[in-house]
Amino acid sequence: MIVTILDVVIAGLLLGGLYALIAMGLSLQYGVARVLNISHGEFIMLGALTTWMLYTAFGINPLLCLVVCGPLAFILGFILHRTIYKRLSVISATPGIFEGNSMLASFGLLFIIQNLALIAWGSKIKGYSYLAVPVDLGGALFGANRLVTLGFAVLIGVAFYIFLTQTRLGKAIRAAAQDPSTAGLLGVNINLVLALCFGLGAAMAACAGMLISMSYPVNTVMGMEYTVIAIIVVVLGGLGSIPGSFIGGFILGLIGSIVTYFEPGLALVAYYIIFTILLLLKPTGLMGK
Amino acid sequence: MNKLTLTSKNFLILRIILLVGLIILVTLPFYAAIYTTIFLSTIFMYIVLTSSWAMFSGPTAQISLATAAFFGVGIYIAATLGTIMPLLVVVLIGGLVSAALALFVGGLTLRLKGIYFTIFTFGLLELMKNLLLWFEIKFTGTRGRFVVVVDYNTVYFIMLAILVLTLLTAYLIRQSKYGLALQSIGEQEEAAEHIGINVTLVKVFTFAISAFFIGAAGTIMATRWTYVDPYIAFNMNFSFTPVLMAIFGGIGPLFGPVLGAIIFAYLEEILITQFPYYYMLLFGMVMVVSVLYLPNGLIGLIQKWRARATGGEHGNS
Amino acid sequence: MAILEGEGVTKYFGGLVAVSDVDFHVDQGEIVGLIGPNGAGKTTLFGLISAALVPKPGLIRFKGENITGLKPHQICRKGLARTFQSVKIFPNMPVISNVALGVHFGTPERVTSAQAVEEAARLLEFVGLSAMAAIPAKDLTLVNQKLLEVARALATKPEVLLLDEIMAGLNSTEIAQAMELVSKIRAQGITIFMIEHVMKAIMSVCDRIMVLHHGKKIAEGTPQEIATSETVIKVYLGE
Repeated sequence: MIVTILDVVIAGLLLGGLYALIAMGLSLQYGVARVLNISHGEFIMLGALTTWMLYTAFGINPLLCLVVCGPLAFILGFILHRTIYKRLSVISATPGIFEGNSMLASFGLLFIIQNLALIAWGSKIKGYSYLAVPVDLGGALFGANRLVTLGFAVLIGVAFYIFLTQTRLGKAIRAAAQDPSTAGLLGVNINLVLALCFGLGAAMAACAGMLISMSYPVNTVMGMEYTVIAIIVVVLGGLGSIPGSFIGGFILGLIGSIVTYFEPGLALVAYYIIFTILLLLKPTGLMGK
Repeated sequence: MNKLTLTSKNFLILRIILLVGLIILVTLPFYAAIYTTIFLSTIFMYIVLTSSWAMFSGPTAQISLATAAFFGVGIYIAATLGTIMPLLVVVLIGGLVSAALALFVGGLTLRLKGIYFTIFTFGLLELMKNLLLWFEIKFTGTRGRFVVVVDYNTVYFIMLAILVLTLLTAYLIRQSKYGLALQSIGEQEEAAEHIGINVTLVKVFTFAISAFFIGAAGTIMATRWTYVDPYIAFNMNFSFTPVLMAIFGGIGPLFGPVLGAIIFAYLEEILITQFPYYYMLLFGMVMVVSVLYLPNGLIGLIQKWRARATGGEHGNS
Repeated sequence: MAILEGEGVTKYFGGLVAVSDVDFHVDQGEIVGLIGPNGAGKTTLFGLISAALVPKPGLIRFKGENITGLKPHQICRKGLARTFQSVKIFPNMPVISNVALGVHFGTPERVTSAQAVEEAARLLEFVGLSAMAAIPAKDLTLVNQKLLEVARALATKPEVLLLDEIMAGLNSTEIAQAMELVSKIRAQGITIFMIEHVMKAIMSVCDRIMVLHHGKKIAEGTPQEIATSETVIKVYLGE
């Protein structure tokens, strides 16, 4: 009995770590840059498939891919913000219109990225085996790859938290998240900060993708479901609260693990029910303003 | 308002053109190739999806990404009831069930801040897909279903009828006080609420009406596919393409979405067999470009050119 | 008889109190002014009356009926209309359609499109905007936009009209015209509750004045009493 509970809890934490990571990335993009990036999942997919490709074709260690995919995704996100979203913020008359326009542009981007991937890699499901050795934790068996995933997710999360609270740039980001115009007046180069945040969000997504690929099969259309989950976690944690996304991710992961134990396949449905209840009772989320 | 000003003579000419066009379309299956009939059915479908989407999301500026969800509901109604009931009844039910779903979703989310509505509709698709997958695995044991087969001409006529009803409804709404109310909600929602407009009710109701046509279109189109499963039925393409078509064509005028639908339905038709992924890639790029550079769509662009050609913008500032 | 009254009306935004335990009443046929320094809570109070916001705690009664918690469109239909401090006209619609919408939806009666347009035209004449009927509202001058808002509010056949700083940004001729309009509206039998900063206008047109400061009501009385009240003078000079 204890073993089962432990099983479920640890599985929930593993899932939660991933969710926390992808949600933090989206929270950066939406909370700070105010871009509802529904192509977020596609960056996850890119990270996953690039890692798969590098590992199966060249034998490159997936953990090393982190060092490659992360910065590449950051640059891609940065460029996208400077070219597309910055222009949108200029031509959009109100913040509400900007939200709509940037969401639509992300929608287009979703199909651009997804179809480029389909052209490059086709639609078949792919997977590889890395660190699939079982580790015994209190009687329950878990793959080492999954534990590494959790470890990295927490590591990235904590590192990011330190970055946000202890560094000048991190504080600039938090200022921009609270009030972009005032932050600008205080000497923060707001355009640079927004683009940085967008790039960071993309980098986190790619890292999450790489971690996912270590433990799960991947394919070119996997992104959408993760985007939906990321959105639910961000709303659960509170739009604009990055710590909220971190905690919300773990909460949702635990819920997912519990639901899957009783009724596999209904995890997303459960998430949506929670999402709906949340919207009805407290749309601002757990830690939202 | 971006309407082309219609003199009464222009209006008469327009009516005659529409009538002639309708006659041609109604008699078409009797002299055209089967391929043309099938192709036109697809174009009709896209016009219905696009116009229905624009019916709600146009004036209110609340972007719905649920089109594919309603379409999928319609498809599954056809798959479950198609062999049990007469076709027209099934189509009607498909529309009604979609409208019911829209009432539920709209009732829930349209009283909240705008972005929550869009977010909810985005995830709705994945939700329906997962729900049905689970249901099929658990209860029916097989994935997917076979749909009743209907001949091409019947599909054509029913699709044409739905098209005419959709455009007629869109037109009537625009001309009525509810169309004006919808516009006021999109322009200045707080003021609209304060002059007696029950904003939530108007939004939810319009959303449901638009979903009705989308669902009905899904039901009849499903009969062309013989086999459907949750992945086929709930496909994000059907949420994306209508939005693209409406934005590219121009959301404001009634015929903007129609124009956009025809252009991209045609493009899809000629590209899909040879270049299945490239055409969606192209669509994605057009979407980004349209959002960046075509705020009023193609029709808006044409109006701007005409105004410039006749010397100066009509009106003001 | 008080046609509009509030008891203990309070509103917090986060930890900040915007309106604090305000009791007020407006009698039928009166013109009551609401003044106070910036940030005193005047517009918030209007928002609480028109149900854009919900008082917590507090009670608002209209014609004896408790209207706290109703939605704005319900309150409008009961006979309470307002204008906005930052003008909220429908910019892309012609002026006459702005008003016609109010006719269509502002009362429980059903009217045809033709009747609505007719009534809208009459109201435009009442405020002096007949010449602008077909122009998109966004192309109007600020003064005319404010007049349009008034016409639109009147279209809903209100018994009480809340005017929020309609004279802000007007020159002296326009202010005089606005004061005349306010009198004309009262002559129609409509009770008026108005927020204003233009002192001479408020003093001359109002029957009674209420003063808010930091969300609290600090004074109430005739224009004479308010003009000579030490509390009020201190509040305005002390700023």
